[in-house]
This record gives sequence, structure tokens and C-alpha cells, in this order.
Amino acid sequence: MIGGLFIYNHKGEVLISRVYRDDIGSQAADSAVFSSSGPFLGERLGGSVRNAVDAFRVNVIHARQQVRSPVTNIARTSFFHVKRSNIWLAAVTKQNVNAAMVFEFLYKMCDVMAAYFGKISEENIKNNFVLIYELLDEILDFGYPQNSETGALKTFITQQGIKSQHQTKEEQSQITSQVTGQIGWRREGIKYRRNELFLDVLESVNLLMSPQGQVLSAHVSGRVVMKSYLSGMPECKFGMNDKIVIEKQGKGTADETSKSGKQSIAIDDCTFHQCVRLSKFDSERSISFIPPDGEFELMRYRTTKDIILPFRVIPLVREVGRTKLEVKVVIKSNFKPSLLAQKIEVRIPTPLNTSGVQVICMKGKAKYKASENAIVWKIKRMAGMKESQISAEIELLPTNDKKKWARPPISMNFEVPFAPSGLKVRYLKVFEPKLNYSDHDVIKWVRYIGRSGIYETRC
Amino acid sequence: MTDSKYFTTTKKGEIFELKAELNSDKKEKKKEAVKKVIASMTVGKDVSALFPDVVNCMQTDNLELKKLVYLYLMNYAKSQPDMAIMAVNTFVKDCEDPNPLIRALAVRTMGCIRVDKITEYLCEPLRKCLKDEDPYVRKTAAVCVAKLHDINAQLVEDQGFLDTLKDLISDSNPMVVANAVAALSEIAESHPSSNLLDLNPQSINKLLTALNECTEWGQIFILDCLANYTPKDDREAQSICERVTPRLSHANSAVVLSAVKVLMKFMEMLSKDLDYYGTLLKKLAPPLVTLLSAEPELQYVALRNINLIVQKRPEILKHEMKVFFVKYNDPIYVKLEKLDIMIRLASQANIAQVLAELKEYATEVDVDFVRKAVRAIGRCAIKVEQSAERCVSTLLDLIQTKVNYVVQEAIVVIKDIFRKYPNKYESVIATLCENLDSLDEPEARAAMIWIVGEYAERIDNADELLESFLEGFHDESTQVQLQLLTGIVKLFLKKPTETQELVQQVLSLATQDSDNPDLRDRGYIYWRLLSTDPVAAKEVVLAEKPLISEETDLIEPTLLDELICYIGTLASVYHKPPSAFVEGGRGVVHKSLPPRTASSESAESPETAPAGAPPGEQPDVIPAQGDLLGDLLNLDLGPPVSGPPLTTSSVQMGAVDLLGGGLDSLIGGTNFVAPPTAAVPASLGAPIGSGLSDLFDLTSGVGTLSGSYVAPKAVWLPAMKAKGLEISGTFTRQVGSISMDLQLTNKALQVMTDFAIQFNRNSFGLAPAAPLQVHAPLSPNQTVEISLPLSTVGSVMKMEPLNNLQVAVKNNIDVFYFSTLYPLHILFVEDGKMDRQMFLATWKDIPNENEAQFQIRDCPLNAEAVSSKLQSSNIFTVAKRNVEGQDMLYQCLKLTNGIWVLAELRIQPGNPSCTLSLKCRAPEVSQHVYQAYETILKN
Repeated sequence: MIGGLFIYNHKGEVLISRVYRDDIGSQAADSAVFSSSGPFLGERLGGSVRNAVDAFRVNVIHARQQVRSPVTNIARTSFFHVKRSNIWLAAVTKQNVNAAMVFEFLYKMCDVMAAYFGKISEENIKNNFVLIYELLDEILDFGYPQNSETGALKTFITQQGIKSQHQTKEEQSQITSQVTGQIGWRREGIKYRRNELFLDVLESVNLLMSPQGQVLSAHVSGRVVMKSYLSGMPECKFGMNDKIVIEKQGKGTADETSKSGKQSIAIDDCTFHQCVRLSKFDSERSISFIPPDGEFELMRYRTTKDIILPFRVIPLVREVGRTKLEVKVVIKSNFKPSLLAQKIEVRIPTPLNTSGVQVICMKGKAKYKASENAIVWKIKRMAGMKESQISAEIELLPTNDKKKWARPPISMNFEVPFAPSGLKVRYLKVFEPKLNYSDHDVIKWVRYIGRSGIYETRC
Repeated sequence: MTDSKYFTTTKKGEIFELKAELNSDKKEKKKEAVKKVIASMTVGKDVSALFPDVVNCMQTDNLELKKLVYLYLMNYAKSQPDMAIMAVNTFVKDCEDPNPLIRALAVRTMGCIRVDKITEYLCEPLRKCLKDEDPYVRKTAAVCVAKLHDINAQLVEDQGFLDTLKDLISDSNPMVVANAVAALSEIAESHPSSNLLDLNPQSINKLLTALNECTEWGQIFILDCLANYTPKDDREAQSICERVTPRLSHANSAVVLSAVKVLMKFMEMLSKDLDYYGTLLKKLAPPLVTLLSAEPELQYVALRNINLIVQKRPEILKHEMKVFFVKYNDPIYVKLEKLDIMIRLASQANIAQVLAELKEYATEVDVDFVRKAVRAIGRCAIKVEQSAERCVSTLLDLIQTKVNYVVQEAIVVIKDIFRKYPNKYESVIATLCENLDSLDEPEARAAMIWIVGEYAERIDNADELLESFLEGFHDESTQVQLQLLTGIVKLFLKKPTETQELVQQVLSLATQDSDNPDLRDRGYIYWRLLSTDPVAAKEVVLAEKPLISEETDLIEPTLLDELICYIGTLASVYHKPPSAFVEGGRGVVHKSLPPRTASSESAESPETAPAGAPPGEQPDVIPAQGDLLGDLLNLDLGPPVSGPPLTTSSVQMGAVDLLGGGLDSLIGGTNFVAPPTAAVPASLGAPIGSGLSDLFDLTSGVGTLSGSYVAPKAVWLPAMKAKGLEISGTFTRQVGSISMDLQLTNKALQVMTDFAIQFNRNSFGLAPAAPLQVHAPLSPNQTVEISLPLSTVGSVMKMEPLNNLQVAVKNNIDVFYFSTLYPLHILFVEDGKMDRQMFLATWKDIPNENEAQFQIRDCPLNAEAVSSKLQSSNIFTVAKRNVEGQDMLYQCLKLTNGIWVLAELRIQPGNPSCTLSLKCRAPEVSQHVYQAYETILKN
């Protein structure tokens, strides 16, 4: 299991260090050659742990080369790391641990920290180091991840000191049974005057297209995010136009099959928040759960069939001699004319030896950004079934570099008010047998947002 | 107010200030002071001097302050063990606190104070907490047992905590179950033999129930534990799989991967005819693809695992090629892994797309990635014949870019394409030659030289090209030197008239001016060949080359099976077994996939039968390590270059010696390096060349023409491990010569040719005395019997066990490795008889501690029968006595390396077991001699 956990700043100084096991680092120093460990580390902790701490700094943070792997083995000690802005989180072990679990835990830890104090930055970490130690003590015991649901943690670990002095015995046992119980993500006794819930279907559509307009790969990765303000322990059931479900139901009335057959979508795969009863989904394909209070991600899904590609990019790049490039890019919007796409941005990469660029565009604003080696074309809004065009002349400095320009793909960003996968929420039913509010009393909101993921066209 | 201010106090004398503050009466001030102490601790200042003052703050009802003090304790207790005891009382008291959060906190922290002295005080509170009414306390206590076990394993066993922990598996609370499972799994790892995690259908059922209810982390612990269980039959395996599959939809990737591990492992037990088997295969693909939309670090872990899964069960992801296409923004580690998987999935159906992608990648920026992409194009050409032409033209395009590393990489792969499709694409040689000057990497230079040498007759200025390399001969790497030597010899054989001078030059460079024994030896071999029989030389050097295989970097099957058992863990990321990177006893238990067993016989299909064989009977397969491969078959460039069967297998000492005369006259004795025959180990005290004399000097045989006992043939290399080649065999000794009787069966669909055999060094210097002669190609389902004569003059290396023999067999498909044990009696020589005086003197001379005694049971033979039976296997009876009704036989035997073994065999009439005492100067052979006795007497 995880032997220790360290948080470093960008200089490689340790901000947080929590050691769970003695075995880590006992040999890491023997092989690595260190510069002096720097004044900051002084005579920290035990010698062996310092070795592990140093080994990671020298071999990963200060490494000259780009990081070649998120898992590094230095002298039989394995280091897992993730980076958030310029903060490094590193988990250390000497055993054959579950690698996927360690990374999941590191992400989870970032989520928990963000939920407590916002952005993960050096300043925030220093400001909250006592809290972080307290959280670590709770969510990682002897290297074993424990309940790390923020909702549950916040009931007994708070920034304003511990509530425990004022708790009654019932409250205490309620906390412990919630932390360890089957529904570890929700506490009992939540009350709202107005029962309300929000569903956001957020999709990111990914595309890789050849210069000739052939779709090389396209998929939608979507998330259903739910914000619930519901009293008690509500039992929810979520339904969407999943092809398998629709076909199963449609058997009764042949009429409906033909009608809904068009609208249903084939989901390649989906994963659920831990509140969803997976065995029930597996057997009946129904999504039922008791939601955590507030915001959470109910499900993630992926589709590859019948995707609506909101934009089509048609590039034309012509090399005129050795010192000039002519670029013409046409974008076409491909959705209902009544809908509006927003925040459209087309990024056309330019060679490194570009000396000057002249751009003409029909709509929006375009600018050559030398620091990013790209022409950035921005359009605020664009309705469906429209077309727009940009043309540019790129002057190049003559070079004797034999290497050809790699021609990175043209990428696009946008936001559209529909789900490119075609997913539709059919219902979200709420049952709370103990309290006297029914499904009809709950105010429900649904919103669809489609964004570009990696939306690239090669040129 | 924020905490960062605590980091800034760096004044001198702050320790004293802190001390004063810690002893303050005001609670707030105390808390502030402890925070400062913790901050100093974090940035690495030594604040251990404050230990007593901080511990004094421990007795408080303020939970926040308490937690801070505990944090301090965990860090410094180890350096101040005596002081740490001061804290014990508070811990014990806290373990009785009415608040479960405090009870749990106390027991959790106590376990983190890794001081031996404290552990005994920990036992009582821990026992209470394990039975606490609150699940939060119990789940914390469960982990604490693992902590305590790590400090003092004996204590945990003595106190019976393990049993309590086992009981917790049946706890009503899922999180307690999960933590108990995690703790037990870890403890079990350090006691591989103990049956701690006594997994049976009942406990498995409990775990599966808890699986539906516990946290995501708990699910991982339980799934990882389930993966260690072996169901008793396919029905049980299927029912577990059915209950695990819902986990594939979990949002946590680790849960998904652990579930995949359980499924991949248990699937092994399911019959392929089962409908469920197909369903399961289909269910596995989508979650694996979904893992690729996770964060990059997890993608990396997933890709490394998918790489294994694709090798084990290619059918799962064969239609998912597109998801492995590289995205421009992928981190480099994700890109490289995706590329690897793309090549594995490449097939005729998708090759066009793959090639288009690879060409795209070859223009990227990252050098490693570009190289790999170029190499991948070559691999595609070899794997999918229809695409070869397109691959070659793509490679030529890339060479035109003149980007140095692209050109070099392209030349290396073109060489392999030439090997695979001879006489097809040679038109490109001219283009390649244009780039000769830009090659600066050994591999590329060697590849280019190979091409020039191989096609010397088509390249007009081949001699000039090769000569240009010769100028800096001594600065080249060995790889290039060897290749240049071979290349020039090839050139000479093709154009003897113009290149005589060149070949003289390279031979003298290789033999006289080089320190490298490989190079020198190869130089000598060529020299002797050329000077004695140029026609033979031509046959050897220009022989037709064996085909190269399609998949070059597959993981060796046994390792692959082991790694499948470690899906999701570090082992699967490194592609190494845990023993390669974990120290000590942890995790070194060898895991293997369960054999296929059916609950009812009818369900078993015939093809599953080989998998059901007990693993113990299968010979070990030596891992395909690069150096071993090179060592055994002397290959310089991945696939054998100058490797016709003759040169690979017959470079035996004797063979070289036969040519020796010619060489002497050729190079004129002065700087003649002793011929390798001198390397026969003389240290063993045997008369030099005893092995050879065995072969020819048969007159000393004592007239036993029958030969020694021959064991029935056993399967040494099962077909499934050797791409369809099954080898079974045995060893015989007949009138002084040892041979290995082999039976080769071709169970594959293609014809096998070009067989060669080589032994690794072994304890008695066994080596093939002649090349493996398989006269006709072995067609599918054909079996051939061969008797391979063996000599005992090969190189010697002590093996474990002593009679272990590692063998490499090569054919046109691949090289295969297996190891087998030979019976020692094949090494008993015919002139192994001593006279009585000699026997007595030797018996006395050997120290008594070298004597070993064995019982041979169930041997109802009388002394005469025993004696004659043993004599036929060259165990000679020197004397016979009758003492108190027992027959005493005094016997002796000699091994091929000159070791004498003396024996006393006591036979009681009427008693079927007899006693064997062995005395030998090398006592490690006794055990094996005893085994030889047993085999001979019982057959």
C-alpha cells in the first residue's frame, strides 16, 4: 500500500509530508546522486524518508527531460505523481500496490482539497496545512484509502475547528454510521423548504478529421451532473433515451418503436457515481440511487454512433515557394438554424519561422499570436446551417533547417445548446416515502450543453 | 487568520519561545504554539526537543489540539521512544472515551507510533476496539492490526488478533469487512504458506455481498482479494463473474481494472463453447475503452494493462483500433503506449488506416515517438504482407525527409523487411546507399552494412562502401564490427577477384588487433573456412536465412499469465513480476492463472485438455531475456543474420579443432591464439578429454552391451508454449555414448524447417556432439524421431538443481526455450570399476560428513539381481559381504567428469527396503546418485 505522501511546490520544496510506512526510501539514496539537499529540508524527518523525498525532487521535478512516465521507479521505490498547476503530489511505495487505485486516490485528494479551500496552490496549501494533515489522517489510514466523500468528511472535519464538543451522543454515532455505512455520501435529516433539482447534460464532442473530410475518429464523452436540494433520503430514478431501454419497452406497442427508434441513442459504455446501484443497472438497465446532497456527477458515458458534429472545418494550405504559405479555412455549422453556437474559436497553427501574417475573415476577429504560433479566429455567436471563411497569407523566414514543418492540426472550440450525442433526459422521478412530498412537488430543471473536446482537423 | 504565518517564524531562540507558549495556561495560546511546532516540523526543522512539552498538551478535551499533538507524536516517537511511553496512558484512556471519533483516533494514532515498547500497551485497547459497538472504531481497529503486524508479527499471532480479524470478514458493516480484507491480504502476503485468507465459497459469498455496499476503495480491496481465489470449477467461476461484471460500470477506474482482473483470471476456467464466455468477452471491451477518457496518468496505467490484455486475448479489442489513435495533445507516455497497442492490433482489415496514422506520427516533434512510429511501419510490413509494398514506399518517403534519426530508423526496419520478403524490394537499395554518410548510430550502420554485404552482387561499388567503413574499424561498436566482418566475407565470396585484399585486411583486424573474443573467434572461423574449403564457406556464409517471425516483442507466455494476475498493480505497469522490484518476502509469491476445470466431464471440450495438466509436470520455460538469446544463438541483430543452422549449432569445440590444422599453416603459428579446446575445464580432475575418449574408446567397456536404463519419453516443451512445436524426449547411454532421444511433433498449421539446438552451460558440460539433423521439413501433424549424440566437453556451470539442462531449440518460426532434468546415470562411465584396495583406501579417505544415507523402498530384489541390474548401468560391485543375515554390497561408479562415488548397499532378505550409504568428495551429487539408483532398481 501507499507508504507515504508528499506535496511539493514547483521548486521541489516539501509543503506536506505524511509517512505511513518505514520501508520507503531506505535505499533510494544509494543510487541517486544528490546535490546538497538544500537549506529548506535541513535535517528533516528520518534520514531514510529524506532520501525518498530527495530522490523524487532530483529525478522528477528537477529532471532535465520532460517527464516520460507518471510512475517512476528509483532504487526499487516507486513514485506516483500528478501535477496540479505548479504543485506536485507524490505517493511513494515499495510494494506492488494497485497503481490505478493510487492515481484515483491522488485525484480524489485534489478534489477533497479543492472542496475545502478552492484552488490548489502553494499559498492555499500553506494556509491550510493543519487541515490537510487532518484530512490525510482520515482519508488514508496506513496507506489504505478510506471514505473520501467530501459530503461525509465535512460533517466532522471542519475548518472552524471541530464541532465534536457540542455534539450529542446521537449525533456522534450518526456521523460514524454515515462514514462507514452503506450510504456514506448522504446524512439523514436534511430538510429543504423547496425541493428542487437541476440536471446538466454536459457533453464534449471529440473529432479527428483528415484533410479530405474523412472522419478518422469521433466520440462524445458526456457527463450528467446533478444538483439536488431534496429533503430526507429520496429515492431517485433516472431515465434517458437509451436504445436498449427504449427497445425493451417498445415491444409492447409497435407504434412507439418506430417513433422512438429514431430518437434513441446507442451508448457504448457508461460509468456511475458510487450512489447508483450497479447490480440493478446490470440486470434491468435502470438507474436508481439515493443522491448525495448538493452537486455531484451522476454518470459518465461515451457514444460513437450517429454523432451530430456541430461544425465542419475545411482547410486548404498551399506552400508558395519556400517563404510563403497560403491558408484558407472554411467552417460550416451543422445544426438547427434556430440554435446559436457560442464562444467559437478556430486555431490555425503557423510554422515556427513565421515572420508576418495577413488575415482576412468574413465574420468575427482573427489575430496572429506569435507567442502561440497560431492564428486565432474568434466568433462570438453563429447560428445553425451557416458558413464562414478566413484566409491568411503567412510569410516565412528562409531557414536551412532540413526538418519539415510538422503541420499540427487545426483545432476548434465552441459551445452549443444541445447534446451532440442526441441524449435526452426522459424523466427523473423522486420518491421519499417517509416525508410528505411527492414527485410532483419537486421542481426540476434540465439543461444541455455541448462543448468541443479535442476537435481537430488535419491540414 | 491563516496558517501560513506559522511558516514564517524563523528567529533564533524560537524553541525557547515555543516552550514557554506550550506551557502557557491559556488554551488558545497552547494551540497556536502546537501549530507552530507542526509547521516547523513540516519544513524540516528539528523540534524534537519540545517532546515533553508537547506531550503535556495531550491531555485535553479539545479534539483539534489533540489531533495536532498526535501528529507530532507520530513523527517524533521513533526518535524518543522513552518519552513516547509518557503518552501511553492518555491513549489508553482515549480508547475508552464515549465519543467513537476519539476512540478511533486514539487507536489509529497508537498504531502509527512505531515504537516497540509501546506495542505491548497497544494490545488491550486494540482488542476492545476490534469488538467496539461502533463500526467506525472497528474499521479503524482492523487496519491497526496490520500496522501492529508490521512492527511485531509474532505479537499479533500470539495475541490472537488474526482470528478476530478473520471474524470481522463476517461483520455487518461493509466498510469493516473491506478494511479487514485489506489488512488480512497484506498480512497474508508476508506469510505465503499460511492459510490466513481462508477463501471458500461461503466467505466468497460474503465478500460478494459486501462488494455491492461498500465504498469505492473497499470494492478495490475486495476485488483484489477475490482475484487470489481459485474457484473449484467452471460453474463457480461463472457465478462469481456474473456478480463482478456490474463493477465494470463504476466511475472509479481502479474498481474497473480490478474487476477486469478477476474476470480475465476466472475466464481462463470457462469453456470457450459457453455462451457466457462470448458475452463476457463482449462486456470487457467498452469499459477498457472508457478508461482511455480518464486523466492521463490513469490512461497510462490502463494502456499498460491493455497491452497485456491484447496479448492474452486479442479478440477483446480487435475492433477498437481507432480509440488508440494518438491525439496531438496526449502526453508522450500515453502516445508511446498507444503506438505499441496499435501495432499489436494491426491486421489486414485496418492496415490502411494504421499506416496513414503512422505516417502522420513520423512527422511529429518528439524523437522517441517518431522513431517508434517508423519502427512500427516496418513491423506492419512484416506482420501484414499485403501492406508491405505500401510500407516500403512510406519508408522511402520518410528517408527523403533527410531527418537524420528518421533515416537511420527507416534503414534498420528496411533490413528486416528484406529478410522477410527476399528479392522483392531490392530496388530501393540505391536510395539507401545515398544516405550512408548520415548514419551515426551503431544499429543503423550495422543494418546498412548487412544490406550491402547481402546484396553485394547488385551494388557496383559495394567494395568501396564497405572499405569506407573499415577505416575506422576500431572505433566502431562490436555490433558494427561483427557485421562488417561478415559483410566483407560475403562480398569476398561473391566477388572473390577484386576483394581479396579487403578480406585479408578485415580478417587480420578482427583476429589480431581486437580484444573482443566474439569478434576474434568469428574471424578465425571465417579464416579457417576460407582457407580450407571455399565451397563449404560459401554454403555456410551464404546459406539461406531462416524467416523472421512476425511478433518480435511479445511477452513470454508464462510471464504474461503471471502479469494478468497482477492487472491494475505496479507489476502490470512495469511489465515485470513483483519480485523484480519488491524487496524481501512481500509479493514474491508466484501467481498463475487457474487451470481449466469443468464441473461435468461433458462440458470439457477436447481442446481444453492441455490446459488441465498439472502445472508441476510442465517443464519450466526460461524467460526470453535478450542476453540469453544472444548467448545461445549468437545473434547480433534481433533476427539471426548469419544464422544458418550450421553456424549456430555446430560451432562446437571439436568442430573447430578439426579445422585447426589448416589455420596453423595459414597464420603461421606466431600469434596463434590457443584453440578453444583448451577451455575444457581441467579443474574437475578428470583426465583431459575424458568425454572424447568416451566417444571413441569403447574397448574399456566391461562387456555390457545392453546399455543402461532408459526412461520413457516425457513432454519437455508443450506445443502451446512453442507455437505448435511439441518436443518430448529422454536420455540414453549405450555403449559409452550419451544421446538425447527426441521426438518432434509439428502441431501447427505451417511447415517447420531449419531446426537447430543449443544447450546452455550446465553442471556436467553436456553439449550436442552433432547438429540437430532433421532431414526433411516437418509438415503439420508429422512426428520425427531423432537421436542427438551428446558430448560432455561443453562449458561447465553449476546449475540448480545439479542435473538441470536448459535447452534452446530453433526453427523457422522462432526460438524456444525449455529446461529438463537428466537422470544422472547417463553420466556413469564404463571404466568406473575400482579394485578392493583402492576402494577401501578411498572410502577411508573421504571424510565422514560427506556420507549420505538413503532408503530405497519397495525393492524386493536379492543381492545378485541388484548387482547385475546396476552393472548394466555402470555401477560396479567391488565386494560383497554377509553380515548378520544382511547382504552388504560395496559398489562404485565414476561420472564423466571424473568424480568417484562409493556406495554401500544393505539388503535384508525378506525386507523390501534397502539402505544406501553414499560417500563422495562432492557430496552434492549424492542425492542425484540415489535417485539414479531408485530409477534403475525399480525399472
